[in-house]
Amino acid sequence: MKKLLIAGLLTSMLAAPALQAADYEIDTQGAHAFIQFKISHLGYSWLYGRFNTFTGNFSYDAAKLTDAKIQLEIDTKSIDSNHAERDKHLRSPDFLNVDKHSKATFVSTKIVPKAGADFDVVGNFTLNGVTKEVVINATKLGEGADPWGGYRAGFAGTTSINLEDFAIKNILGPASATVHLDLTVEGIKKS
Amino acid sequence: MATENKGYSWTSIVLHWLVAVMVIGLFASGFWMVDLSYYSSWYRTAPFWHKSVGVLLLALMLYRLLFRVIKGTAEPLSSHSKAIQRASHVTHLTLYGLVFLIICSGYLISTADGRPIEVFGLFNLPSAGELFAEQADRAGLVHEFAAYGLIALAVLHAAAALKHHFFDKDNTLKRMLKP
Repeated sequence: MKKLLIAGLLTSMLAAPALQAADYEIDTQGAHAFIQFKISHLGYSWLYGRFNTFTGNFSYDAAKLTDAKIQLEIDTKSIDSNHAERDKHLRSPDFLNVDKHSKATFVSTKIVPKAGADFDVVGNFTLNGVTKEVVINATKLGEGADPWGGYRAGFAGTTSINLEDFAIKNILGPASATVHLDLTVEGIKKS
Repeated sequence: MATENKGYSWTSIVLHWLVAVMVIGLFASGFWMVDLSYYSSWYRTAPFWHKSVGVLLLALMLYRLLFRVIKGTAEPLSSHSKAIQRASHVTHLTLYGLVFLIICSGYLISTADGRPIEVFGLFNLPSAGELFAEQADRAGLVHEFAAYGLIALAVLHAAAALKHHFFDKDNTLKRMLKP
């Protein structure tokens, strides 16, 4: 009995830290995080691209999902659609105007749990100097110890934004008014 | 003027005017095409012709430079002062330099991601890869401002030729029309 008590105590002590919201640094160093986008090309096909440089962190506790927070800072200059001439155009004042607005940011304000592993992340997204509320449809992918002594948690999320909402004139045609963002973030728990 | 200095050969004259027409055409097309709408029928063809003619200009300029180095160029008119002769010489070399700078920077924009430049649909000029960070953007700035510089200098060059023709009434312009 005494043994069991000690074992129980030890277990709860070990488990206790998991009950507090833990802070995670998004693993951009190891490139286990992705901010990708797609936009319709002429209404006939998709064009995919991504932002290569960003940083972020989140705090997360499975038991208190609504307390979770996430923030991201994206280097808009790092846009990469696998075509140097197009990327140059995307960085110009026609689109991201990166000389003036070198950062895009997302800061969560509210978490709304949904069924299963799904939840909404409501937050303020700033792009091209304009801040709008967006809702990211997120889902938890998994968490656990990694093979190298750390602890990781991963999430995926999607959202859509209208270019014109962020003062980016749509010169690409009516089918290309919306940009679909696809995020996958893997965080390493801070010790 | 008792003795006439060595003038320009037909080769030099033809090359000069051919390059002049191409440079003006490239500048005009470049100035115009960067603001084309995505749905313009020229959106893809204008850059194609701009790049193709640019590569042709490179070939002509290399030939011109080689010709100039081997055969020499016209001697300055002896009626021109030493200062004018020096200023003309510096202007001519700067014009050459700017043309090469614009061609090289243009090449670096289009080849920054490893893609070659398609030349008149005949052959591909291969990419040298990304040689420095933010290559397309940086080369783009050089391309743009060097082009404005070249056109400004070409206007000065033409104005000087006309000044010599109409005010000084010397041979400066005429010898670039006929040997």
